[in-house]
Amino acid sequence: MINFGLVFALAGAALAAATSGVGSAKGVGMAGQAAAGVCTDNPDMFSKVLILQLLPGTQGIYGLLIAFICLSQIGIMGGSADMSLVKGLLYLAACLPVIIVEPVSAVNQGKASVASIAMVGKKPETFGKSMIFPAMVETYAILALLISILAIFGVAALSI
Amino acid sequence: MAENYIYAVARIRSRELSLLNESVISQLTACPGEEECLRILSEKGWGDSGMSGEAMLRSEQKKTWALIRELVPDRMDLFDVFRLPNDYHNLKAAIKESVIDGEHPGIFVEDGTVSARLLNEAMEQSDYDLLPENLRELAREAKETLLTTRDGQLCDIIIDRAALEAIREAGAKTKEKLLEDYGELICATGDIKIAVRCARTGKSRQFIARALAPCSTIDTGSLTDAAAVGFDAICAYLDHTIYSDAVEELKKSLAAFERWCDNRMIRTIKPEIHNPFGIGPLAAYILARDNEIKTVRIILAAKRNDLPEEMLRERVREMYV
Repeated sequence: MINFGLVFALAGAALAAATSGVGSAKGVGMAGQAAAGVCTDNPDMFSKVLILQLLPGTQGIYGLLIAFICLSQIGIMGGSADMSLVKGLLYLAACLPVIIVEPVSAVNQGKASVASIAMVGKKPETFGKSMIFPAMVETYAILALLISILAIFGVAALSI
Repeated sequence: MAENYIYAVARIRSRELSLLNESVISQLTACPGEEECLRILSEKGWGDSGMSGEAMLRSEQKKTWALIRELVPDRMDLFDVFRLPNDYHNLKAAIKESVIDGEHPGIFVEDGTVSARLLNEAMEQSDYDLLPENLRELAREAKETLLTTRDGQLCDIIIDRAALEAIREAGAKTKEKLLEDYGELICATGDIKIAVRCARTGKSRQFIARALAPCSTIDTGSLTDAAAVGFDAICAYLDHTIYSDAVEELKKSLAAFERWCDNRMIRTIKPEIHNPFGIGPLAAYILARDNEIKTVRIILAAKRNDLPEEMLRERVREMYV
């Protein structure tokens, strides 16, 4: 008989990694274009704009982390993979904050990075300040990550 | 899609650092002569050493379009609104060249959407099929008018009206607010200038109606009526339009009005300096470069002719940066 609980839990883990990865790829890609634009005329800016380009990449890592924790908790990476349908759905629900928030924050952080890269390109001395603007978007990615971690471990502790 | 221009906008942001600002313009204005101006411009990376003023300006114009072509090679059509005036200027020049004996080098300008050589060839041979469709009938009408009436002014107004209509249409076609506004401003201010000239030279109502191009911020019927009455009637009509703050400048001179038009455009594009996405910053850069080249041309001409600094300060434009 098909174990639907495991299917939903696995879907949660897979979606967490996939959507976050897609969001980060888009964010880093956008920032990369802006970074290349600045470096074309001013190659000395490489190290500064590289840091700004990498900021939207963290959401992909958070998605990977959630997927990894989820896979280890549901027994895909070893141990028993048996679980009820309800528990599987709860794992999926626990992954939702990361599934939804990470791609949105990655794309928006990418846009903020693009603007900051342009700012650094024009005024290199504003590098410190320019880091703050995209970094603020990170707050919501971290909050979503935190809730997903707490929820996954909470679901794991349930005996249903 | 705005995100397609991220690289281009970042390149433009870097290039904006080398745009001339108000302090450089003041420095140029205060220079004792043209030589000093050229030296300062050369230090700012303009032209090559030993270039004449006009050659330097042409070289800067070429640099702008070379950069834009490099950044958006497949979307140059978006900037037709800036390139179309060159086509219509070249068409006028080609028609006149074809009916006047002798060759007149330097009458054509570059960076239009149609090559000047093609226009010249088509007009020399009266082979209108060589031209793009949008110019075919216009070229035929303008040349035949010139040949039958020998009235260069009539030929010019036919082409000028078509140019204003084409610029406005090209701006509207892009669906970019900045370019739409630009097309509308060029068309409306072009109409105002034509109306003032017609009023001052006492042209007939029929002539004025033929010369004015329709636009949405000015009722050309009312402007035609006003121009047929006289200059004061034009000012009275404009007082009730969005161009009411231009009336004072218009009363000073057409040169003051042209300066007002350029300054208004610069104020319109200024928000683009903070916009990291879209085609707007590219369009704003083209206009900013055009504006600084125009300002430098005025300064160099004034220095060459020993005009007083005060007179020059009244004519220089506001800068984008």
